[in-house]
Order: sequence, then structure tokens, then C-alpha cells
Amino acid sequence: MVQKDSYITEGSPYGIYKLRVEGLNLYYGTKQALKDISIKIAPNTVTAFIGPSGCGKSTFLRCFNRMNDLIENVTITGSVMVDDIDIYKNMIDVYQYRKKIGMVFQKPNPFPKSIFENVAFGLRINGESSKSVLQGIVESALRQAALWEEVKDNLNKSALTLSGGQQQRLCIARAIAVKPSVLLMDEPASSLDPISTAKIEELIYQLKDQFTIVIVTHNMQQAARVSDKTAFFYLGELIEFDKTDKIFTNPSKEATQNYITGRFG
Amino acid sequence: MNRIRIRSEKVIEWIMILCSLVSVLTTIGIILVLSVDAFKFFKEVPFVDFLTDTQWTPLFEDKHFGIMPLLSGTLLTTTIAILLAVPVGITIAVFLNEYASKKFTSVVKPLLEVLAAVPTVVYGFFALQFVTPLLQKVIPGLAGFNALSPGIVMGIMIIPYITSLSEDALRAVPKSLREAAYGLGANRFQTAFKVIVPAANSGIVVSVILAISRALGETMIVAIAAGQQPRLTFNPLESVETITTYIVQVSMGDVPQDSLEYRTIFAAGITLFAFTFLLNNISFWMRKKYQHRYE
Ligand SMILES: Nc1ncnc2c1ncn2[C@@H]1O[C@H](COP(=O)(O)OP(=O)(O)OP(=O)(O)O)[C@@H](O)[C@H]1O
Ligand SMILES: [Mg+2]
Repeated sequence: MVQKDSYITEGSPYGIYKLRVEGLNLYYGTKQALKDISIKIAPNTVTAFIGPSGCGKSTFLRCFNRMNDLIENVTITGSVMVDDIDIYKNMIDVYQYRKKIGMVFQKPNPFPKSIFENVAFGLRINGESSKSVLQGIVESALRQAALWEEVKDNLNKSALTLSGGQQQRLCIARAIAVKPSVLLMDEPASSLDPISTAKIEELIYQLKDQFTIVIVTHNMQQAARVSDKTAFFYLGELIEFDKTDKIFTNPSKEATQNYITGRFG
Repeated sequence: MNRIRIRSEKVIEWIMILCSLVSVLTTIGIILVLSVDAFKFFKEVPFVDFLTDTQWTPLFEDKHFGIMPLLSGTLLTTTIAILLAVPVGITIAVFLNEYASKKFTSVVKPLLEVLAAVPTVVYGFFALQFVTPLLQKVIPGLAGFNALSPGIVMGIMIIPYITSLSEDALRAVPKSLREAAYGLGANRFQTAFKVIVPAANSGIVVSVILAISRALGETMIVAIAAGQQPRLTFNPLESVETITTYIVQVSMGDVPQDSLEYRTIFAAGITLFAFTFLLNNISFWMRKKYQHRYE
């Protein structure tokens, strides 16, 4: 279903990568959760992070929008460059920066507000208050998230009345309404039924045109279906990062082979 | 062995039932005592007069039995207290929850709770001897007894009630909502006041209602510092009398029991009871309605 890209540039000069991580280490207290990770991710691609539970996928994903700042006692060394700017250098305004990075979480987490206000939230905190501007953006975000048809008559209803799958698409709409350039998704479909999952996967494919997408998933088929490249993590290390079909048909590391064939994890 | 255990569990069950019966019976007893004498009172004083007369002078020659002056005194001091305590109490709760370090919170929260443990008679003299003179320097013409000073002190007293319960409500808001807000680029202030506080609003409202009940029923502070002149006014600079103060005044005085004068305190008491009963029911209903929202 998903056509694999040919335009992912290999070994290109700096500047054309959206995300570039070099020598990243992360410690929770004294426990090291990420070990010397380096990776380069091209714009407008979908990258899947796979690996057994506890290997650090979520931790790594959360480095891209500095979500780990919320946890006490986290130490990070190395560099995370987004558009060639090191986001862990103190000059950046982290709140302003996060607006460029959308995040979708494992469990749908809509605010206990109306559907409309959920999607409008990011715009409102930016100071946008014009009703017509908000309406326009809310509609287009909901359309992009393939939810518009289902909710257009109930925009003032509480978001908590939606089904799990609808809530997750609402969270995607909420994230893309602020027009980020990167979309981080941490197991976005793991709590959903197969039909909702298929909708989300379809959506990811659609959204690739506008966003650089990184998705954590435990579902191998899902990784194979939606992603251009796949990164395999094990015990805090990045074991292998390559084109998705290569990872799934002919991985170069034995650990990857064992994992994708279900021999552990 | 097993039979002993079953037997002892039965005994414990009965003890618990007895204990809860004590509190239920006490409540019923209070209502009964209040209603019996209030009923006798309303046989002599028309209920309409009680509600509409603008004077309360049961102890004077020219007797009037309008509850409004006492009610206005009660509502005035309570309103002042709430106007102070709600913004301060909620702000402290948000600060402790969103901004302060865990260490700071662990020091400040017990300190705050000391405020609630100070005997109210101490607060009363604090209002009369310290706050009133202080206010008189700023507001010339402020009476020695006034509604403002005890209102403010009562507000200080109920801050911990609001802070403590609101902080619990704020802490119960799922971490995922906080992450969602930060993920969208909200700063701490926006996250706190646009997401966390609204999500905790039912718990915060409950804390405010309980604080209102506490202020309505507060006796010592107002008895000492607000004066004892029933006056239908909403001017905080004047001296007022609250329902509770009146009840103390009469029950400590030399009014003969089983007289109409004495029964006024039951009519006043049942009015106060009606208010707090209503408030408690609202808070009970709110808690029930919103309890399962995040489960
Ligand atoms: N807040 C935290 N404090 C301390 N240790 C943590 C914290 N969060 C995660 N860890 C630890 O860091 C390691 C990586 O966790 P992480 O959540 O990133 O794994 P994951 O690959 O996303 O796992 P899963 O597939 O189960 O979601 C784990 O050993 C975990 O116990
Ligand atoms: Mg995870």
C-alpha cells in the first residue's frame, strides 16, 4: 500500500536532515537509558522506532521536543539538532520551540473541553482569538485528521464523549493545528481497534507530505506498512537504522533479525 | 479458629454500625431540637415578618424579628473572607503543584496547615487588636468594630482549607493532560490556568464550598471583632452582627429560657443550618457527578 521513497538521500551534506542526533546519552538519575545514539532523519519521511519494551524508544522520542525536561533528575549529553539548531543549548525558548514539534501520545489525552476548544487550544495560547481564523484552522485540522465528517455537527460537545479512536484522531488534529514541522507519535494506535488503527495509518501516510514523522510502534506490520526507515533499539542502544524493507527482509545485525522474527521481546 | 474470626468480624461490624449511628442520631437530634423551638417561635412570629422585616431587636422594648440584618452581617463577613481566600488559596495551590520543588512543598504545606490549627479566639483578638488598628491607619473613619477586619482574618484562616483540597484536586489531574499542554507549546502559566485548573474545577469548587460553610459558621472571630449590632448593611466599614454572634450573645446572657427572646436563637440557628446544609449538598452532588471523570 505504501510506496517506498527513493528520494531519501543517503550520506548527504549537513543541512538537508530535519533531525540530527549525535552521541546522545540520557540518564534517569544514575541509570543510563540511552547510550551514545546518533541518527539522521530526512524531512517528509516516516521513521519507525521499534524494539522490546523498556529499550528507550519513548525516552528517545521525548528528547526531540524536550518533554524529558518535565522529569526531575534527567541528565542529557550529546546533541539533538532540529533544522541544524541544537535544541539543548540554553538559548532556545523551549515553549516556543515545542510549537514546531507536534506530539501524539499512546493513550488519547484530549482536554476536558469541547472538540472545538481542543483543536483551537494551541492557537489560542499563541494569542489567536479571531473566531473566523480559529474556525478555519479547526476545520482544516479536523479534515486532515479524517475526523471532520464525524464531528462537524457536534463541535461544542465535550471531547470526552468521543470514542477512543476518534479521541486519538482529535489529538492528531490538535497537534497539527499549530502547523508543526515534525510529528512525534508514541504508539498512537496501540489502544485502538483495527479499523481505527487502519484510519490512523492511512492518516500517517497522508500527513507525510507536510510533516517529518517519527512513530514508535510495537506492531511490526504497522512499522512495515507506514514507515520509510526503521530504527531498532535494544537496551538503550540504537542497533540498526536502515530502510524499512531492508530491516524487515535482510537486517544486517543478528539482534534485529531475532527481534523481527519474534525470537525475543 | 475460623469461627472465632467470623465472630470477631461480626463484632467489629457492629461497633462500626454503632459509631455511624451515633453521628446520624446526633444530626437528627440537632435538627429536632432546632425545629421544635423554631416551630414554637414561628407560632408567635409570622414567617413573613421574619423574612421581610429589616430590623432585629428581640431584646428591646420595640421588638422586631427580621433576620435580614443578621443574615447581611453573616454574608458580608463571609463574602470578604471568600474574596480574599479563594484567589490566594487557589494561587498557592497552583504554585505548590506546578512551580514549587517537592522539597519546598513539603515544608510549606504543613506550615500552611498550622493556620487552620490556630484557635479561633486567637484569630479574634488578632483581628481586633492588630488588623483593625492597622486598617484604621489606611481607612480613616473605620469603626473599632467592623466587618472588614474579621472578614480578612477569617479569610486567612480558611486559606488552608482551600489550598489543601484544591491541591489534591490539581494533583489528581492526569499527567497526560499536562504533557499534552506542554507538547503544544504551552508555558507553565498557560498549562496551569488553561488546562490543569479547569480540569480540576469540580474539586476546587468543592473546596470553596466547604470554605464558605466554615466561614458562615465561624463564631469567635466575628463575635470578638465585628461587634454586636444587627444592622442591615453591606458596608464593610460598619459594625455588624452575625447569626453566630447573636446566638452566643443570647445564650451567654440572662434571657430566661422558654421565652420568645430565647427561642429567637433557634430561628436564627435553623436559618444558618439551612444555608450550610444546602452548601454541603451541593458539594456532595458535585463530587458524585465528577468523581468518575478520569477513571
Ligand atoms: N521517568 C522515569 N524515571 C526513571 N526511569 C525511567 C523513566 N521513564 C522511563 N524510565 C526507564 O528508562 C528505560 C526506557 O524506558 P522507555 O519508556 O523509554 O522505554 P520504551 O522503549 O518506550 O518501552 P515501551 O515499549 O514499554 O513503551 C526503562 O528502563 C524505564 O524503566
Ligand atoms: Mg514507550
